[in-house]
Amino acid sequence: MDFLNLLAQLAAGMGNTLLLFALTLVFSLPLGLLVTFGRMSTWAPFKNLGIKKEKERRLSGAAILADGDESLTQQMTRIERSHWSWLLAHLRRFKPVQFIFKVIIAILRGTPLMLQLLVVFFGPYYIFGVSLSASYRFIAVVLGFSINYAAYFAEIYRSGIESIPVGQREAAQVLGYSKAQTFLKIILPQMVKRVLPPVTNEVITLVKDTSLAFVLVYTEMFTLAKQIAAARTSVMPLFVAGVFYFIFNAVVAVVMERVEKSLSYYS
Amino acid sequence: MNVLKMTNVKKSFGDLEVLKDISVSVDKGEVVSIIGPSGSGKSTLLRCATLLEQMDSGELWYMGEKAAGNDEEGHTVYPRDLNQFRRCFGLVFQNFNLFPHYTVLKNLTDAPVSVLKRNPAEVKDEAMALLRKMGLEDKADAYPCQLSGGQQQRVSIVRALAMKPEILFFDEPTSALDPELTGEVLKVIKQLAEEKMTMVIVTHEMAFARAVSDRVIFMDGGVIVEQGRPEEVFGDTQQERTKQFLRNYQN
Repeated sequence: MDFLNLLAQLAAGMGNTLLLFALTLVFSLPLGLLVTFGRMSTWAPFKNLGIKKEKERRLSGAAILADGDESLTQQMTRIERSHWSWLLAHLRRFKPVQFIFKVIIAILRGTPLMLQLLVVFFGPYYIFGVSLSASYRFIAVVLGFSINYAAYFAEIYRSGIESIPVGQREAAQVLGYSKAQTFLKIILPQMVKRVLPPVTNEVITLVKDTSLAFVLVYTEMFTLAKQIAAARTSVMPLFVAGVFYFIFNAVVAVVMERVEKSLSYYS
Repeated sequence: MNVLKMTNVKKSFGDLEVLKDISVSVDKGEVVSIIGPSGSGKSTLLRCATLLEQMDSGELWYMGEKAAGNDEEGHTVYPRDLNQFRRCFGLVFQNFNLFPHYTVLKNLTDAPVSVLKRNPAEVKDEAMALLRKMGLEDKADAYPCQLSGGQQQRVSIVRALAMKPEILFFDEPTSALDPELTGEVLKVIKQLAEEKMTMVIVTHEMAFARAVSDRVIFMDGGVIVEQGRPEEVFGDTQQERTKQFLRNYQN
């Protein structure tokens, strides 16, 4: 009777766990694709900066070298110029959008999710002085999870996109497909198939990560289990919580395997 | 009229000059083979013609219309929209590059329907007719991975033909195939030649180039060393470099 009671309580907490899990996936899977686009952006606004001057300079530089003996001031200007051109070369290769997304991904993957949840919840007040309503707590949990997981999904998507042979893009280009058509019809479907196994990994991790929502006092299943365990001074509730996670992930694995199988009609 | 005309094409990769001032033109119905050692620039020339690679300098014309021209400084400038010119040609790749997630039929019909906005039923009928001609009609619903290399390459030829190009380029169409499978692909190209399809074929199959082409171009080191009718180039070779290359092939 006592055990059944425990099961019922944890099952109720499972509702919150499931809700957080589902909402995180709904938002982070597409958001990850946007992050991938940012990360893969090749926009380089300074690509052609000073190309003409460089050419002229190279010609005059060749003349100085040919002369053989240069004065100290000539040497100085030459060295100064070479520093300048070194900077210029870096500026030309600079891809601002890609850089920004690299930094964002580095932060999201390099700091604890628990900390990120706290920042999302308390940030608006401590940084901007905005006080938000009580319902923001739940929004903050979902937002924090979604942004964090989007960073991981983005890198998985990128690996998938980059693993598709360049010939696929070239074939589409020669046939006249637009860039959007090439991505949606040729690249994306093949990418999805390739990224399923690593995405499954992340989804399984997410199931267990939902327990971190306790930092924002979101009572999902594991939070309940800990409370019950403390109240009864027993580890049984924690053990049962483990079984719940295991069953949840077994379902996730079966579903993802089905999806993989449904895409196995080509290789 | 020239279907394709390229004038004074130059292309470098870094410090490596791959094409050094090459000019080629191809007449309607003409079959041109390009032969030469690896690294001679023949594939790069084909990639420049098919807009997969941008020329550093030089002009490109399709059907008498300028697809790319030089600015005052002699650098090639491309217009924003090149699709008008992409409709002029088809390209058959060495590695087929069929879309693995589409059936054979979908591979053939998707571009005509979604790029040329043609009627799907009509496109499908044409595609089936082309498959029948190739003896592949029973493969319409198969996926590329279920076909042999030779069959895949024939499908990719049909995919290019389904766009009704004015000129068809082949980039070493049999290099990725078993020797046993090259025959069926070469037969198809030969058949197209008999139907007066304009074609440019980069190949290492000397006997085939000799049999099928109206003109053979021998390239080496980024230049055209020698060109002429196949019996001239193969039978009455003028340049020492060509002789040397052909000798290596006979051994």
